[in-house]
This record gives sequence, C-alpha cells and structure tokens, in this order.
Amino acid sequence: MTQQQQQGLQGPTPDDRPHPTGRRNSHGERIDPDTEAEQHPRTAVISALVENEPGVLSRVSGLFSRRQFNIESLTVGPTTVDGHARITLVVEETDAGIDQAKKQLKKLTPAIAVGELGTNAVRAELVLLKVRGEEPDKVHAITQMYEGQTLDAGPRTITVQITGDQRKIDDAIDAFRQFGIIEIARTGQTALARGDTPTTPGESPGESATATDDNQTLNYDD
Amino acid sequence: MSEPEPATQADSDTDEADESTETTPVANGSQSVIRALENAGVETVFGVQGGAIMPVYDALYDSSIHHITMAHEQGAAHAADAYGVVKGTPGVCFATSGPGATNLVTGIADANMDSDAMLALTGQVPSGMVGSDAFQETDTTGVTMPITKHNYFAGDADTVGDTVGEAFALAGTGRPGPTLVDLPKDITMGDTSREPGPAKTPDTHVHHVEADTEDVEAAARAIERAEKPLLLFGGGVIKADATDVARGFAIDNGIPVVETMPAIGTMPDDHELCLEWAGMHGTGYANMAVTHTDLLIAVGCRFDDRLTGGVDSFAPEAEVVHVDIDPAEISKNVYADYPLVGDAGTVLDQLTEEMDRAPDAREWREQCTTWKTEYPMDYAAPDDEPLKPQFVVEALDEATSDRAIVTTGVGQHQMWAAQYWRFKHPRTWVSSHGLGTMGYGLPAAIGARLAADDDQEVVCIDGDGSFLMTLQELSVAVRENLDITVAVLNNEYIGMVRQWQDAFFEGRRMAAGYDWCPEFDKLAEAFGARGWAVEDYDEVADAIEEALAYDGPSVIDFHIDPAANVYPMVPSGGANGKFALSEEQL
Ligand SMILES: Cc1ncc(C[n+]2csc(CCOP(=O)(O)OP(=O)(O)O)c2C)c(N)n1
Repeated sequence: MTQQQQQGLQGPTPDDRPHPTGRRNSHGERIDPDTEAEQHPRTAVISALVENEPGVLSRVSGLFSRRQFNIESLTVGPTTVDGHARITLVVEETDAGIDQAKKQLKKLTPAIAVGELGTNAVRAELVLLKVRGEEPDKVHAITQMYEGQTLDAGPRTITVQITGDQRKIDDAIDAFRQFGIIEIARTGQTALARGDTPTTPGESPGESATATDDNQTLNYDD
Repeated sequence: MSEPEPATQADSDTDEADESTETTPVANGSQSVIRALENAGVETVFGVQGGAIMPVYDALYDSSIHHITMAHEQGAAHAADAYGVVKGTPGVCFATSGPGATNLVTGIADANMDSDAMLALTGQVPSGMVGSDAFQETDTTGVTMPITKHNYFAGDADTVGDTVGEAFALAGTGRPGPTLVDLPKDITMGDTSREPGPAKTPDTHVHHVEADTEDVEAAARAIERAEKPLLLFGGGVIKADATDVARGFAIDNGIPVVETMPAIGTMPDDHELCLEWAGMHGTGYANMAVTHTDLLIAVGCRFDDRLTGGVDSFAPEAEVVHVDIDPAEISKNVYADYPLVGDAGTVLDQLTEEMDRAPDAREWREQCTTWKTEYPMDYAAPDDEPLKPQFVVEALDEATSDRAIVTTGVGQHQMWAAQYWRFKHPRTWVSSHGLGTMGYGLPAAIGARLAADDDQEVVCIDGDGSFLMTLQELSVAVRENLDITVAVLNNEYIGMVRQWQDAFFEGRRMAAGYDWCPEFDKLAEAFGARGWAVEDYDEVADAIEEALAYDGPSVIDFHIDPAANVYPMVPSGGANGKFALSEEQL
C-alpha cells in the first residue's frame, strides 16, 4: 500500500479565502445587518383540539418547557365531542417562535387540530379574589362595578368572582387591592374564534353540540 | 396545500401472518403483542429478559420471531436502531420495567435525534400497582416522553395488540422515529382472544406526500435561474428511499451535492458532483460550496448546528429551498425561502416535472472542482511515525466490498471513518450523529449484521473509549457467531476531548487519557472472539485480511498515533468557510 508523504492538510488558510459578506439573523433569515430590526415577541392565543387521553396535558406542557416557548397560561377542558379536549395557550413569542410552537404542537400524536386566534377572538378569564371583610359594602360596590359575584362572605373575608378579558381582570385586581387581597386564583385565558370561524382549522361541531339532553352538562351556572 | 395523505397502513407480510394466525389463536395480551409484531413482518428483535416483561417473552417462545439476547438494554436499543437503518423497516427492542427501561433510554434518545424508526416494548408493574413505587417501577412513558415520537401506556388486553401495531406503523411513517409501548403485566397476562387488526397509524397522524404545486413552481423557477445551486442531502433522503431520485436530480441538472453526516452514501463519494459532507469536520470543498452557493436546495435535513456552524454565517448568500416531510423543520433553524413540505422523492419528482431547464451552473461546477483540488483530504503517513488512523480506515475500505457496512462509536475515529472511507451506497454508514453516543458502534454492528445481506461485510470502526462503553456485547456476537470486524483506533485517549483540550483549554488534559487501557485483542480472545494487535504499517493489511476472513467476530486493536487530530475543523458556532486545516488556524 502506498503512503502519501504530504505534511497534513493543504490549502489556502482561512484568511486567504474569499468570504461572503451576507448575514443571517438568529432565526436563520438573510438580513441586511445595518437595517435589520430585532424581532419582538407578541402575545398569541393558540387553541389546540386534542384527544383527551391520559398524559396529554403533560405532553403539551413538556413540549413547551423543553423547547423553551414562553407560556403565560394554559387552560384545558372537555368539548362537545366525547373524548376531545380543548387546550388554550397564551404564549409570548416572536412570529417565528409562535409558528414553531404551533407546528410542534400539531406534531404531537394526540393533537387533532391547532389554530391561532385572531385579535377579534372572544376571550375570557375567571379570577377568584379573597379580600379582607372589614368593608363589605365597598367590596360589594366594586364587585358590582366589574359585574362580578360574591361567592362567600364572612366577618373576616369576602370571596368574589370576576370574569372578563385579561385587561378587565387586571383592572379589577387593582381595584380590590385597597381592601387587602388575601388570596388570588386565576384560570388563565380561554378563547373561541368569533362568529362562524372555526377555532381550530377544520373543526366542526360534534353531535352533542346540538343534542338538547346534553345541555345541562355544559351549563355550570346553576 | 395539497390534501394530507390519510393514515397509511404499514407494510405487512400477510402470507406469513396468515399462516401463524391459523396455527395458534391468541389467548392473552402477550400473544396479541407478538401477533401484532408478526403481522407487521418483524423477523428479529433485541432485548433482555426480566420480571415485568416475562409474559411477553413467554409468548415469543411459540413465535418464529428471532430474539437476540443482548448483554445490556442500551445494546438492544442500538442494535434495533442499526437494524432498522440497514433494513429500512423499524427495529424492535424489548426490556423489562425499571432498570431495563431506563437502560434503553440512551438508545431511544439516539434514535430520536437521528429520526430512526424503532419500536421499544417495555414491561411494567401491574396496573394496580402503578404509582405505588413498586419493585422495578419507573414512570417509563414519563421518562421517554421527550425522546419518543410518541409513546403508549397499554391499558387493555383486548387492544394491546392493536396498540403495538399502531406504534410500529407510526415509527416508520412520515418522519420516522422511535415509539414505545409500556406493557403492564396484568395487561399482557390478561385473557383475550382478539386478534390484532392490521397495523395502522393513529387517525390524527397526517403527513403530506406531495408539496403544494405553487410552492413547487416557485422553487423550480429559483433553481432554473440559480448560478451557484447546491444540493444538500440529509438523512431524510435515505429514509424516504429516495437515493436514486436524488442522484438523478443532481446529475440531470448538473448540481453539485453536499451531504449531512447521516446522508453519507446518498451520492457516491467518488462521483464528480459529490463534495461529500459539510459541517464541523466536513471536507473543505463542501464547506466552501455551502458558504458560496446562491441557492441551497436542502432535502430531508434539519440544519443541525454541527452542520451549520454559526447560523449567522451559514450559506449567507443563498436563498433556501427546503424539502422536508416534517413541517416543523421548515424555518426552525434556517429560514426557508421556498418551503416544500412532502416526501423527498415525490417532491424531487415534482420539481423535475415542473422545471423547464437545468440551471446554467457550468462555472460553478468548475469552481467546486477547483476547491476539491485546493483542499484535498490528504494526510501524512511517514513510515517512521506511529500508525496514522486515516491509513487504517483506507486499508479497511480497500479490503472490503463497496457494499460493506461501517458502524462507529463517537469521537475522532468516527470522523476519520466518515472522511476517509469511500462510501458508494445508502444504508452502509451507520453512526450516532445527533446524540453522539459513545458505545454505539459494537451493538450497532450486531444489529447491522442481522439486517445486512450475507455478502456485505460489517466493520465497526471504534475508539478505545467508545469500545469500553459497550464491549460486553462481544459476548452476544460470539454466542450468535456474527461475522463482524471491530477495528479499534486505539490512541489510549478519549481523543476528541484531548484534541479540544489542546485547542481550546491550553492543553490541560483533564480526564482525557487512560493511564491503562486493556489489551483489546486479548480481551476479544477471552470473550471467544479472535483478536489482533497492530502497531506497524506493514502489519495492517495482513491483520485486516485475516480478521475479515475469519467467520465470526474479530477485534483488531490498532495502536495509532495518539497525537493525531481531526481536520478540517469548523469550531463550534464558527463560519463554515473559515474551517481550520490545523490547530494553528483555529
Ligand atoms: C456517552 C458519551 N459520553 C461522553 C461523550 C463525550 N465525548 C465525545 S467524543 C469523546 C471521546 C471519545 O473517545 P474514543 O471513543 O476513544 O474516540 P477517539 O476520539 O479517541 O477516537 C467523548 C468522551 C460522548 N460523546 N458520549
């Protein structure tokens, strides 16, 4: 067998080679470094229709944590279709990050459909506030102002419920601070697309959505 | 977007399945599990026995499926992975609950990173005891959730066979990957007479085969007008069995090709259009081409950081056409100007159909050829110096056929094997790319041997450190009389670490050297294999010839130059075009 006698690898050194001037940003997009502006995160509401099997929530939350997607809230509950659940996620990411989050979510085997909700979507959150009970009349007045309900009232504490969009909830919490808030529990946002638009692509109402005898299970307010 | 392809039915060897169906009806969950594997055409499985999986093994007693008992479950997972890579159908491994399952974890993670189709079946404590910290209980689905394509906890003896069939089908469909079914003992022992139905992927699984026609049109126009087009083949080309289509596309259009490491063998290394593989230790010419192309046509790759180097300087002048079956890979690491979601072969055919002419790339091809001569992969191997690893790799390559299969550990030896072996065919390079698992080589050689044709030699090019991690699997190779040749490129260092310490840690060689290394040739003999130790150039050819001629496992301990380093090198996060040819250039 012949042995080559050169000394190591040959060729122009790194400094002697031509180098292109182009650049990519951290998303791998080609950019003009002089004019390129940083991509800023925005808040997006993502709805995922999933098969409601054991472990599905941990698949979703595990995905978001291991891929380092910033998540503000996650809510989950059954839908009109037996065995399906809707997961609503509020994420804070750049456009590229939101795109990735949706695609990775759709890749999970139990995921049936994934959609991002537009700014006009119907959104709501519920908060329970336990405040000091020294000024019941004032507490009542503020509760009414935010169209809330008093769920529990005692000599030392009053617990109220407020629903609405995130802004309203934030305002309400501020307003209740004067009484001294003892505890808060927030559900996180849940949302549906407005009007005829399906919330996730291709989604159509399940049978029980029109069946009257199922209605009471959808009505928690009795 | 075109209509998503409905869930596909896994290929199954129905003739064989029908025969066995007639002979023994299913009586319990375990038999249903094994029946599902038989229906899916599984011939060989790898595993280790244990309490919670015993019922499944008991059902295997009556099956024609060949079981290879491995020395360690990690070995079972790697063997199954490599078996699948060579064969093109999912490999299957078994383990018991607890430590059996956790020992599989490295192998599953490895398969996941390389998108290798694999099915793992793990025993589990009886359902009623789950959550009680029972003996050998581990939350296996929890542990493996982030490293599987999907996993299942079997909850019903009647459907467990269908679940296993589904897991098998899912592993091999769309973008492949490992799946796992955790099998509680009461489920596998539970009575059922239900035969599993044909294996099918879950209803929620959809993947696009054809790319959107408008996207194809746009990409075709971009290719036609490109002046410096470059094809980047990824492992997806091999997984899609699209090697012939991909080669044809390159040749018909006169477009030079670079590969990712898992795609080694998609283009014959000696083809004039082939620039071999790009990235950290890729060829200088591949990295020059990637740096200067104006249109990168990437097929079935995920733009791993070992390929791209720093993304800021990756193919900085290029528009990117990205063909991939997984939409989540599009614009994940590198933005795709032309995203084409679909099956590699189908989309390349669509492009061919759509294109009116080949790009005018004559000058660019000449430039690529010039780079080949400017940055040759030569090495010095003077007689009076210790044995050079590159020389050993070339000698092994010369002594074997074109279709010989190479498996490796992880480290310098892996890179030399990838650089200096001349690959001609897909599925002949079997390595641990994404996870970089030392110890992959020997169990992978066992899996590859069982999947390969008889006339294909199987050579494991290993490092001393990597070999030490899984060498107990030699006992398996001896027991099963598997004809494999292990070539240890022994530098008595965990060499890649030593190289980095010299380059980036001022030569402070902390925990990189072995003060003492076993004599691998004697160790091989102790296992019942054949062993050789080689120090000099003039012993190389004879030892290789004898080892290859021996019909059984053999180990050649090549004492190579401990100072040998792997170059070219793009340091982590660096620009591919600034690859260093020696340590001084880093
Ligand atoms: C399981 C595992 N542990 C640690 C590492 C880190 N590592 C990468 S390469 C390397 C050295 C490998 O040594 P050896 O197998 O002897 O190969 P060589 O580089 O000397 O050819 C090490 C420790 C790894 N890749 N895998």
